[in-house]
Amino acid sequence: MLYFIEQCLNGVQLGMLLFLLAAGLTLIFGIMDLVNLAHGSLYMLGAYFAATFAAATDSFVLGAALALLATLVVGMAIEVIAMRRLYGRDHLDHVLGTFGLILFFNELVRLVWGPAGLTLPLPPQMLTAVQIIPGVYYPAYRLVIIVATLAVAALLYILVMRTRLGMLIRAGASNREMVGALGVNIKLLYTLVFGLGAALAGFAGMMQAPILTVQIGMGENILILAFVVIIIGGIGSIRGAFVASLFVGIVDTVGRAYLTDILRLFLSTNAASTASPALSSMLIYLLMALVLVLRPEGLFPAAGK
Amino acid sequence: MADTLLKIDRLTKRFGGVVASDDVVLGVERGELHAIIGPNGAGKTTLIGQLTGELTPNSGRIQFDGADITALPVHRRSALGLARSFQITSLFLDFTALDNVALAVQAHAGHSFRFWRNARLEAGLREPARAALERVGLASRADVVVANMSHGEHRQLEIAMALATNPRMLLLDEPMAGMGPEESARMVAILRELKRDLTILLIEHDMEAVFALADRISVLVYGRVIATDAPAAIRANAEVRAAYLGEQEATHG
Amino acid sequence: MTARLSFRNIVVAGLVVVLALLPVYCTFTGNYFLMSLFTRILILAMAAVSLNLIMGFGGMVSFGHAAYLGIGGYVVGILAKEGIGSGFVQWPVALAVSGLYALIVGALSLRTRGVYFIMITLAFAQMIYYVASGLARYGGDDGLTIYHRSSFGAAMDLSNKTQFYYVCFAALLASVYVVWRIVNSRFGLVIQGARSNERRMRAIGFPVFRYKLICFVISGVMCGLAGALLANHTDFVSPALMYWTRSGDLIVMAVLGGMGTVFGPIIGAVALLVLEEFLPTLIRFAFLGFSGGDLATRAAEYWQIVLGPLFLVVVLFARGGIDSLLARVGRG
Repeated sequence: MLYFIEQCLNGVQLGMLLFLLAAGLTLIFGIMDLVNLAHGSLYMLGAYFAATFAAATDSFVLGAALALLATLVVGMAIEVIAMRRLYGRDHLDHVLGTFGLILFFNELVRLVWGPAGLTLPLPPQMLTAVQIIPGVYYPAYRLVIIVATLAVAALLYILVMRTRLGMLIRAGASNREMVGALGVNIKLLYTLVFGLGAALAGFAGMMQAPILTVQIGMGENILILAFVVIIIGGIGSIRGAFVASLFVGIVDTVGRAYLTDILRLFLSTNAASTASPALSSMLIYLLMALVLVLRPEGLFPAAGK
Repeated sequence: MADTLLKIDRLTKRFGGVVASDDVVLGVERGELHAIIGPNGAGKTTLIGQLTGELTPNSGRIQFDGADITALPVHRRSALGLARSFQITSLFLDFTALDNVALAVQAHAGHSFRFWRNARLEAGLREPARAALERVGLASRADVVVANMSHGEHRQLEIAMALATNPRMLLLDEPMAGMGPEESARMVAILRELKRDLTILLIEHDMEAVFALADRISVLVYGRVIATDAPAAIRANAEVRAAYLGEQEATHG
Repeated sequence: MTARLSFRNIVVAGLVVVLALLPVYCTFTGNYFLMSLFTRILILAMAAVSLNLIMGFGGMVSFGHAAYLGIGGYVVGILAKEGIGSGFVQWPVALAVSGLYALIVGALSLRTRGVYFIMITLAFAQMIYYVASGLARYGGDDGLTIYHRSSFGAAMDLSNKTQFYYVCFAALLASVYVVWRIVNSRFGLVIQGARSNERRMRAIGFPVFRYKLICFVISGVMCGLAGALLANHTDFVSPALMYWTRSGDLIVMAVLGGMGTVFGPIIGAVALLVLEEFLPTLIRFAFLGFSGGDLATRAAEYWQIVLGPLFLVVVLFARGGIDSLLARVGRG
């Protein structure tokens, strides 16, 4: 039972990280109609920046803050230099152009930081297990991730639903020509939105850095998961991304943990352990396939899309 | 007794709180040219959408030659003999005019699971296509890439494509949209010639054309048909004049 | 389609001749590395040709085509490991499984379009990647060595490098021919029409979905054959074959060469793979011009830094690919 709760929490944690990525992706797609494959690169940069700045300043928090700023700046720079020229073009052009950016960033990181990857050590108190309900212990830092990402999600909600910028974002998502015609500085809006997406991705990257990984190519693996989340949740929909992220995170984590046991109900132990790794990777894709059959536009498709 | 080819029976379509089609009742008789007119926002596009199958009505039925086609998917309606032209030109821009029309012919000339023979060499496709182009006066422009044709020619090509599917009835959605007086007159001539052996449902804003061509006119206002009658009667109808006059006041007042 | 003596056509014909005579050159000079490189180019060109059928002509941007390379390759590898070495069994099974996967993926993804479609094909390809990684019996992440190439008895000997080269060459030419015929047939015109204006296609009476699906399957089968060839070429299969960046490479080849032309993907494959092979050398020479040999060698290691932005440049300025550049030159 304890194991189950722990796995569920891990699932929520993964889900929240996915949400940060998916929210940024879906925002950028919803507003600018831009398919950004290089989103994972920003996730990677966030992690690398955090590891570097934390080591330089000897402070996890300061390092994270600087990294967030750095990722934001890099994101906006990418938007101004490269992304701007891709707006309004075919999605294939976006795919190709941002694919090129992935290669570029992977190599750049290799050049600057070397091929080996980095580590981001945690302050010792974060490593202790915390008792969340009597008898159930969970690593403190993982709780921090969940809480921090939920806080960011809440902030994002407030931003999008309650501020003027958010109103422009939502308006731009349904009718970008109109927003431009109303005299809003569309270029600035796009740069800010892209920067926001980049910051979200970088934040996710740095949050998971201490417990998961800081290495070249880490962005691509999670990017695919983020795509699956968006497909399930519905493109352009942040609410959909939230629900789908939790769904995907929990199904993937709990599924992997229990699949061998479930399979053993039907197959021999040998067959179950052989099939389990392959099948557990397939779980979320099967989930995605199911959604595609039943509701191809996603669970919460954004209105007007 | 008149033979109703297309019967629209209490068709209703809602978009959220807006009732775009409100219990629409309309019958198009075989051989006639029936025009639908109405102020902007009357629901003409929604009605066409339901007739072509791109929109599903909330309630009501559509019967074509006795068969209930209300739920029939878009691509099956053409096979039954119901062809449409688009209000906003919707052609295959990177192909030639002949290619465009030949594709329309191909849709109804047996199946297209043929992977080997060069379809552009099939006389069975090219000849009827040329004939359709001839009928709308585009025979000399057969080998021009559509993207390089004028707007008026696009509108003519729209008609040619509808014709190429060997229809029994044409659904024309504002064929004169965006045309100058000369092009409109040409289009009227084309339609007058087509009228002789085809049933036509014509949605139009151009009143001159409507009154020149229509056997009967239905007036659509706020999703409802308020009158269906011969042109002269419609012209004299007080309610119709109020609806249009009301719109005129709104734009000039 | 009448063959014209245009600059572009001459270049393409010249390329085909070069490809045909390469093994002769290699045998003469003993440079077998070149033959191996170009065998790989031929195979990937075939994969790019299959992708171009649905992408360039059909407008379906599949970011998961490497999956079929992987499936074709793994079928050969798995059957070989299980003792079935005959190409007469392996290859048809490879084609069948590729076709089946294409049918399933196509049926699910073709109901969507645009960015959805791209993401879904990407996801399904990555799924296959993870499945292959999890197959411990067949090497998992480390991959599976193939000890004997597909055997075709007396008909052909694939372990003979020159014979194998010509098998791949023939397969490539055959695939180009098949694509050319398909594209101009009734079926092909429907596919192209659907790319141009799907709404119109439906209005004139075509049930577009089933045509696109069949086209998708044909493309998957063709790519599966390329996968079987690739497995024979490298004597090895691993999940890395299907990693999504490989699908990206195929898209780059198709676009770089020129989408919507039958020979474009070959030009693209040659261009990309030759570039990848020689870009490090180019960089090294460039640096040698003004710096020491050490720095030059180090700089050459990071050649992908140049390749990435190069894709972006192609997208922005040479969207029609090399093919359109050649056509422009020809026009004077």
